[in-house]
Amino acid sequence: MSNQPFTHLDVLESESIHIMREVAAECKNPALLFSGGKDSIVMLRLAEKAFRPARFPFPLVHIDTEHNFPEVIACRDKLASDLGERLIVRSLDGSIKKGTIVLKNADQGRNAFQSVTLLETIAEFGFDACIGGARRDEEKARAKERIFSFRDEFGQWDPKNQRPELWDTYNTRVHAGENIRVFPISNWTEMDIWEYIAREKLYIPDIYYAHEREVIRRDNGILPVSHLVQPRPGETVEKMMVRFRTVGDMTCTCPVESHARNAQEIIEETAITRITERGATRMDDQTSEASMELRKKEGYF
Amino acid sequence: MSNTTQLLRFITAGSVDDGKSTLIGRLLHDSKSIFEDQLSAITKTSERRGGMGAVDLSLLTDGLQAEREQGITIDVAYRYFATPKRKFIIGDTPGHEQYTRNMVTAASTANLAIILIDARKGVLTQTRRHTFIASLVGVPHIVLAVNKMDMVGYSEETFDTICAEYRAFAAQLGLHEITFIPMSALNGDMVVERGENLNWYQGSPLLELLENVVIDHDLNTTDFRYPVQWVCRPQTQEYHDFRGYMGRIESGEIAVGDEITILPSGRTTKVKEIVTYDGNLQRAYAPQSVTLTLTDEIDISRGDMFVKSATMPQASKEFEAMLCWLSESPLDLSRKYIIKHTTRVVKCVFARLEYRVDVNTLEQHSSATLNMNDIARVAMKVQQPLVFDSYIKNRFTGSFIVIDEATNNTVAAGMII
Repeated sequence: MSNQPFTHLDVLESESIHIMREVAAECKNPALLFSGGKDSIVMLRLAEKAFRPARFPFPLVHIDTEHNFPEVIACRDKLASDLGERLIVRSLDGSIKKGTIVLKNADQGRNAFQSVTLLETIAEFGFDACIGGARRDEEKARAKERIFSFRDEFGQWDPKNQRPELWDTYNTRVHAGENIRVFPISNWTEMDIWEYIAREKLYIPDIYYAHEREVIRRDNGILPVSHLVQPRPGETVEKMMVRFRTVGDMTCTCPVESHARNAQEIIEETAITRITERGATRMDDQTSEASMELRKKEGYF
Repeated sequence: MSNTTQLLRFITAGSVDDGKSTLIGRLLHDSKSIFEDQLSAITKTSERRGGMGAVDLSLLTDGLQAEREQGITIDVAYRYFATPKRKFIIGDTPGHEQYTRNMVTAASTANLAIILIDARKGVLTQTRRHTFIASLVGVPHIVLAVNKMDMVGYSEETFDTICAEYRAFAAQLGLHEITFIPMSALNGDMVVERGENLNWYQGSPLLELLENVVIDHDLNTTDFRYPVQWVCRPQTQEYHDFRGYMGRIESGEIAVGDEITILPSGRTTKVKEIVTYDGNLQRAYAPQSVTLTLTDEIDISRGDMFVKSATMPQASKEFEAMLCWLSESPLDLSRKYIIKHTTRVVKCVFARLEYRVDVNTLEQHSSATLNMNDIARVAMKVQQPLVFDSYIKNRFTGSFIVIDEATNNTVAAGMII
């Protein structure tokens, strides 16, 4: 009996498709969280592979911080419209107007507040499952999270009380008001994502590729100059060839110096990089050793 | 990374004292899979805890705040690293007595288990427990890593004595394919590099073994099993009459034109097309996810299973299984529970508790209930017939989980006998 050789990407892809189909079949009202970032673009392709020639059995949902890079938002809208799938956008500004998010100052980082708007959106539409593009290699708390991660009615993750997850037999059951977060690419690494983008020739925002950009150096990082980030007294604006490894809140997402202009060149850079993806690019994860764990306990993805 | 890189999933079983976290740290460090910011974070923590200069590699795997406070690993953590030959997923499981369930969980998807022994202590109760669980869950490859060889003067005689004792125990469980490796994770001997201290050892260092162990036959390649996950009916103009059955081939293979039997109904038909997003296929294999269309219109829904008539599974409302109880609430024999088996969900009752296995001595005891971490042989009855194989024959169609309907918690893992 001869099996054709399957690569690690084939195996990961099939696992992710299997997970998405389980959600579609067992959850009553799921949604796919889609930000226009590279991981969620990979998720869209996996959803196409899982459900075509039919439409997706769930809408796309974006929780918009209003601190996103315009290139990412443009890509989000283009991909949703090219695919002909429904996109629901809920903005943190909506929660701020309602008073459910109170900012200390208008320009502060907004990642941690996404949980509030996400939980409001889940309640508004009655979603019982949110499919997200988080990966276990990103962060220490994520490394311990299940693929089907149960959240109580407050959206909280309880790391000490997770459901055991065996074989590929997923427990999708929730009571009314509770929900499940599902991470079909849990087992993918940053390298797998780039190899998949290259293999599938996926269209991603061009700020992932090297480009010249005005930046300032602040708190051991490089920050992109934008309407939200302006030089403070004593800081100088430099021009630098950079790319983004992650694209989040503009006020705390740092680019890395790079000359990689396509996915293949990024794969080569990723193979020799000595800094983790979040370590290089997310100032908000560096505030304490447990930042992500604390955010997750409050309902973060 | 070449285009033919394979994926290997393995677990490590042993306690903190055996140097398990140090071994994983060493694998990651010496294969250059630790990043500078991770190293600087654990260096800071090592210093804050008053470490004596050396970086504590075990801190790499301690993910959660509670673990860092208590200095123990409390749950299954997954770690990823790659070499040019393979990508690896490590399921890191704690070795503490109360956490048998975590090892069962991590072992359920593993191709290989590394069981760690402290060379000074030899085969311990926990070694037997870990080996029993690995054999119960059917991990295809077992590696016995005899660690801390530096503490016994790198003695070949000590190593041989431990191997002989372990081999005798493993034979009782029917385990014969075991690889033995002496090592010092602390000094890096026989983990990634051979080192200078174990020249009498003729085998490969651990990483070389992980890169080369043959895993192609870990999947059942003979019995076609295809649980239907989702029925695809686009109802668009272009695909007006399209009716596809989506699922993953759990074992075996299928080709266009093959005759299949649909269970539990027993109706037969032929495969018309194997549809994928990347184009139709003539033939597909486990573990591919595909969409099948059939030559006849038959009423088929999620939970049905496609098989080939030549290799039929069993279909029954009664079966026996080995069970690992995972929940803090003990088994209540008077209650109904829910079973999820492949894509089918049914109500069940526990007809009989045959015996409970003492995981330390392998002795069988009668028992009135099951508590967390208990392993037992049980007889079960289900409301609708299940289509299954024995777990030994097929890990996918022989396994199930038990769910408590009141809490929705996963309370047990079962392996059909």
